[in-house]
Amino acid sequence: MENSSPKKYGRGLFLATLFGGVTSIAWGRPVWNRFNGALAGVEALVPLVPHGWRIYSVADMMPTFEPATWRLAIDGLVQQKLALSYEELRALPSAHQVTDFHCVTGWTVRNVHWKGVRLSEIFDRARPFPEAHALQFVSAELPYLDYLTLQQSQLKDVMLAYEMDGKPLTREHGAPLRLVIPEMYGYKGVKWLNRINLVPQAGDGYWEVLGYDRDAWVGHSNGYGA
Amino acid sequence: MRFVRRFTRTERTLHWVNAAGFFLLLATGLILYLPRLSVLVGRRPLIKDVHLWGGIGWISALALVVLLGDRRGVLRTARDLEVLEPSRFNVGQKVNALLNAAFALLFLVTGLLLWFGERDTTFRFTSTVLVHDILMYAALTLLVGHLYLAVIHPATRHSLRGMTRGTVREDWARRHYPRWTPPPAD
Repeated sequence: MENSSPKKYGRGLFLATLFGGVTSIAWGRPVWNRFNGALAGVEALVPLVPHGWRIYSVADMMPTFEPATWRLAIDGLVQQKLALSYEELRALPSAHQVTDFHCVTGWTVRNVHWKGVRLSEIFDRARPFPEAHALQFVSAELPYLDYLTLQQSQLKDVMLAYEMDGKPLTREHGAPLRLVIPEMYGYKGVKWLNRINLVPQAGDGYWEVLGYDRDAWVGHSNGYGA
Repeated sequence: MRFVRRFTRTERTLHWVNAAGFFLLLATGLILYLPRLSVLVGRRPLIKDVHLWGGIGWISALALVVLLGDRRGVLRTARDLEVLEPSRFNVGQKVNALLNAAFALLFLVTGLLLWFGERDTTFRFTSTVLVHDILMYAALTLLVGHLYLAVIHPATRHSLRGMTRGTVREDWARRHYPRWTPPPAD
């Protein structure tokens, strides 16, 4: 045997690191969630580190919110087309909810406080025709858009949100308005929302064209919980 | 003053290609990761492309340097690193090199999973992005220590010359690496 040869602890360290790292793709998240409570305090000490949120965008520049000219257009198969200003939108009856936000890439932000408008308020005013069975949500960040069926859009905590955690929506979170649908992964929640078209049926949104599931149920789509 | 050869040209090229790739990926990665930087810079599709292809370029360039360079010398150095005892390098340097090598491979694996996972759910795992981030923090910690010892700390910063010009002072080498028999500078 190699009794006289020196022990290769260096090789051991390299291989152990590699093994630990590769296998942590399987066990990393559950272990992390266990210790997350203890780490929350540390995170707060480092102001630059994101507190759970990651910001995804698809265009060269994030849209800028101009309060004076901004409108939310309600168009398509409706009896009354609308172009709501920011003021008009804020004047509609508002709703508040605390829900978790799940991203399809694996991260979650718990207990997000949202304030905004229920779609029923919009429907009451725009009065969709019976042949409208889906909604197309269009972002100012073109070509980003996505769809919900009329049925999905009537889940009770679907919201057009203009406030997050007590403050007006910030630019990176889609100022001034975004769609929130907690039952689905975040890519369905169109940010920088400025147009809702009532359409006969749902189509493929930005990520769905690239292979994501149209019905993005948390835990039951996109390869999870199959 | 007498100088001795500390690093071969292949080793130095390997080091600087690695450093350049690391900083490119760190900079673009932080823009993608930190919300404030994301907002400031914008252009996410471009930054993403630079990050992804930069990563491929980084690993390929490292492989190319080894293939075209002094392969035997690299292999000899690798064998030396396998034994965690002071020799041409001290134990801290060996740990740093070994961890960085392992991290590079793990960055590559998790990065490719994130990239392919965007298109095909077979490659999508909830932990991948977390592992990729933690690797960044770990690598950054090593980098801070490495930069301090190589650039700031008076007793050790002479070592930087070994990585730029390839040679260090003989008396310095004897003091810091008593178990190393250095080849003379040509």
